[in-house]
Amino acid sequence: MKITRDEVIHVAALARLCVAGDDIDRMADQVGDILSYVETLSRVDTTGVPPTAHAIDINNAFRDDTPGRHLDNAGALANAPEAEDGLFVVPRII
Amino acid sequence: MNFEPVIGLEVHAHLKTDTKIFCSCSTKFGAPPNTHVCPVCLGMPGVLPVLNKKVVEYAMRMAFATNCEIAGESRFARKNYFYPDLPKGYQISQFELPIAEHGHVDISLPNSTKKRIGITRIHMEEDAGKSIHDPGRPVSFVDLNRTGVPLIEIVSEPDLASPEEAGAYLRQIRMILRYLSISDGNMEEGSFRCDANISVRPAGQTELGTRAELKNINSFKFVEKALAYEIKRQISVITGGGRVIQETRLWDTAKNRTNSMRGKEEAHDYRYFPDPDLVPLVIDDAWMDAVKKSLPELPDARRARFISDFDLSEYDADLLTADRKTADYFEACIATGAPTKLCANWIMGELAAALNARGKSIDQSPIPADALAKLLCLITDNVISGKIAKTVFEEMIETGKPAQTIVEEKGLVQVSDASAIEAVIDEVMTNNPDEVEKYRAGKKKLMGFFVGQVMRATKGKANPGVVNKILTNKLS
Repeated sequence: MKITRDEVIHVAALARLCVAGDDIDRMADQVGDILSYVETLSRVDTTGVPPTAHAIDINNAFRDDTPGRHLDNAGALANAPEAEDGLFVVPRII
Repeated sequence: MNFEPVIGLEVHAHLKTDTKIFCSCSTKFGAPPNTHVCPVCLGMPGVLPVLNKKVVEYAMRMAFATNCEIAGESRFARKNYFYPDLPKGYQISQFELPIAEHGHVDISLPNSTKKRIGITRIHMEEDAGKSIHDPGRPVSFVDLNRTGVPLIEIVSEPDLASPEEAGAYLRQIRMILRYLSISDGNMEEGSFRCDANISVRPAGQTELGTRAELKNINSFKFVEKALAYEIKRQISVITGGGRVIQETRLWDTAKNRTNSMRGKEEAHDYRYFPDPDLVPLVIDDAWMDAVKKSLPELPDARRARFISDFDLSEYDADLLTADRKTADYFEACIATGAPTKLCANWIMGELAAALNARGKSIDQSPIPADALAKLLCLITDNVISGKIAKTVFEEMIETGKPAQTIVEEKGLVQVSDASAIEAVIDEVMTNNPDEVEKYRAGKKKLMGFFVGQVMRATKGKANPGVVNKILTNKLS
């Protein structure tokens, strides 16, 4: 399957990945190879087979509407590179 | 050239569950930042979201109330995008197989006809967190308490033809949500949000124009304003020889205009796929029936019943059923035997005004329904006049005392005794010989003057019916 340079750049941008220079062509080739390999699956005749949403055959795993334990604020922020007044600090959004 | 607008709305409503949609964190509003969170809603690796059953029941209630078909099997999907208030990098939503589709609601138009508005779909999803922007530094702050609070999104067909219709539709949806007790529907607090898709086309054309999506509209007033602005803008773009581009626009409350936010191409590349953490949701007939049976009477049905059973006007029925608690109060009032029209008038008049002035809702009324009914029965039993009843009512609001007690304490019992009233009337006539003469000469509207004088002399306690009767006799 042929993947273009533009498609690689687009997908990389959606995933916030930085891909530049020769890497773009290398990725295009490799992603194309992977997709071609996966395409093998479409040779299976699936006429009349409903789409599968899940690999295991169970439905309806529910939880009751009962409050449980929270993390405390320090625990919530423990992995944050930056925090202030109980809030996560991130680069300005708008 | 005449243009017609085509509008479809996407409503997001918070569901009033105690816990979030996929974890057991509290949904309570107003907690200190990042304290109603856990590894699941923080998007930690290796956690497993588990669906809150009540969310499904609430979504089913809305589906029934809007005449939707409920899917026997539905699924959750990941909607992928990056934003700091979305810690997982995706929102769990429903995409290909939503819980409900193909419904409708009827809205009332100003000329009192009804219009049917199609509901495309209803799906369940999680809310994102909240971000606050620092005015001085290039940073934003994120509070994830709201992350994972359950939402239903209700998507309408593009059946709305004016900002007013959009407003009526929103009010109808909010009224249904509140009747079902599944959402507060509070737009200012963000528990009820609305995005609008809007385009214009030359009148009569079937093909749709290019649409813009309006976001950031956080009050009913702004919805109609933003749509009206956008209709004008799109028409002037087209008549000026330009082309409307598909984009997201934000409503600017301060400047009363919409502004372009970004091109939609990349923003709409959400790469949905079924969420492998969540198993399919299967709803069987027994579950559907149980939820259907639990539904309260809905606003339209209640309104129709008020008109047919209680002989109320459409206007009165509209006002009394607009809010479920008001309708409940009214029914509790008339259950005691007080006359329906009198109850309706007092609830929408005196009571509404008094509650409004005190910033209270009807379920916080200092006068419970049966106490108001007893007051109104004092009027119909001729114990007090309607005018005195207003004085008693004010006292009841302030002190919470029963009407009967106030009437006795203040000696407000109506005077219906004919001889006592006659004596007062004789005095009034003696003191106003000129008016008596003019009345007899044909100036009949002086009747009001005499009634007023008698009422003044009796401090409003004279029975107006008896006063009128004796006055008419004596003056003729």
